[in-house]
Amino acid sequence: MRYSFLSLAREALRGHRGWPAQWRSPAPKPHYDVVIVGAGGHGLATAYYLASELGVANVAVLDKGWLGGGNTGRNTTIIRSNYLWEESAAIYEHSLKLWEGLSHTLNYNVMYSPRGVMMLAHNVHDVQVLKRHVHANRLAGIDNEWLTPEQAHGFCPLLNIGAAIRYPVLGAALQRRGGTARHDAVAWGYARAASALGVDIIENCEVTGISRDAAGAVAGVETARGFIGAGRVGVVAAGHTSVVMAMAGVRMPLESFPLQALVSEPVKPMMPCVVMSNTIHAYMSQSDKGELVIGAGTDAYTSYSQTGGLHIATDTLAAVCELFPTVRRLRMLRSWGGIVDVTPDRSPIIGTTPVPGLFVNCGWGTGGFKATPGSGHVFAHTIARGAPHRIAAPFSLDRFRTGRLIDEAAAAAVSH
Amino acid sequence: MLLIFCPFCRMERPEIEFRHGGEAHVVRPPDPAAVDDAGWADFLYHRANTRGVHAERWRHLHGCGRFFNARRDTVSDRILATYRPGEEPPR
Repeated sequence: MRYSFLSLAREALRGHRGWPAQWRSPAPKPHYDVVIVGAGGHGLATAYYLASELGVANVAVLDKGWLGGGNTGRNTTIIRSNYLWEESAAIYEHSLKLWEGLSHTLNYNVMYSPRGVMMLAHNVHDVQVLKRHVHANRLAGIDNEWLTPEQAHGFCPLLNIGAAIRYPVLGAALQRRGGTARHDAVAWGYARAASALGVDIIENCEVTGISRDAAGAVAGVETARGFIGAGRVGVVAAGHTSVVMAMAGVRMPLESFPLQALVSEPVKPMMPCVVMSNTIHAYMSQSDKGELVIGAGTDAYTSYSQTGGLHIATDTLAAVCELFPTVRRLRMLRSWGGIVDVTPDRSPIIGTTPVPGLFVNCGWGTGGFKATPGSGHVFAHTIARGAPHRIAAPFSLDRFRTGRLIDEAAAAAVSH
Repeated sequence: MLLIFCPFCRMERPEIEFRHGGEAHVVRPPDPAAVDDAGWADFLYHRANTRGVHAERWRHLHGCGRFFNARRDTVSDRILATYRPGEEPPR
């Protein structure tokens, strides 16, 4: 059923008893043209674009848990495209443009809110780096502007720009088109739209092995619900990508770290934008529910535990309290961790692998949510054509052999 | 926060005294000139990223300053043993 004013009015009149399930929960078929491993935002978006744009609808998306239950449900929902290098700017801007029309495309309100993302500078090095980003972005046609501390305060009145704090605000880079979206709605919207086009979403179906034929090409996947044949397999397993790729004997340039976030008790609207500080590691925005959403840093060690040390969150809260003194008496409601797969150059990996028929989309590290539509879009093209999409091509797995790295250590807002 | 037993100081100390040093026992190729690009990629970038028990390096930065190795379960984050470089990993 399409969501519209008419359907909403009709359901309102009959007590909302007529809404169907948003996606089907079918039993797995014996064979699919494409199997996607991982039903997070990126995996579901991949399936959606395969079915909607590329005519490949015989697709299954498998997940060991429920859809959107990994990093898609654990991130801080920030969207921006102000990355330094042309390759990165291209893919994140591609994604941002898809965000702008996504609710309409999916017929699902993903609550994309371009409320502005402001990144703070606290020392001379920060000022130089952020100004370099501003200039590089503007040359690439991406909006980004430099603000004085007073202008930054004007844009976010909660911000403490006093000179007496340990790391005073010296300026800020503002991307006005950046903002937030509702993370769960992104997964649900893609799942619903993909399911309607014939994609099978199979939850609670862990992949335990990748089968290969005599020639070495992918033949299918072994799962908790038996063997599922596949012409092509796309691995989009975020923090667990190394584990899945090891099933095909492929070593990955990835390390998995816990990344924590926390939310406060809900309060009335007070925070008009997203503020990020890489240097003192604090970033904050406010959800439509009223909770202040705060991103903390990664732990020092690799882990799959989906939890992290309390000292990491404590450091972030100390910085938040100094930058936004108003929030000092708020209580924190919940904190959690997600497992992020980090590459040596902090850029993602999207493309082919040494195994014929096996594709991988990973390495989004601490900032994959913003890329969800663009990542799924270019990965779908890559799988359907068997060769990298133009925007995905620089992000090949092979770049770690050739040395053509895309160093975004400064743009990744989470220090690690 | 992890509590880590430094095998040099012979004390259990909080994690913030230490710096994580990545996967342990990654051996630099003995004859660098003989290594091709794929070999360098493997040495420099590819990591096992084990889900389960693995060996990793730590440096007691704010203590004795020395590197040592640890066996840790990356699912529970429990440290099973720490040992000095050159020693065999305890079973």
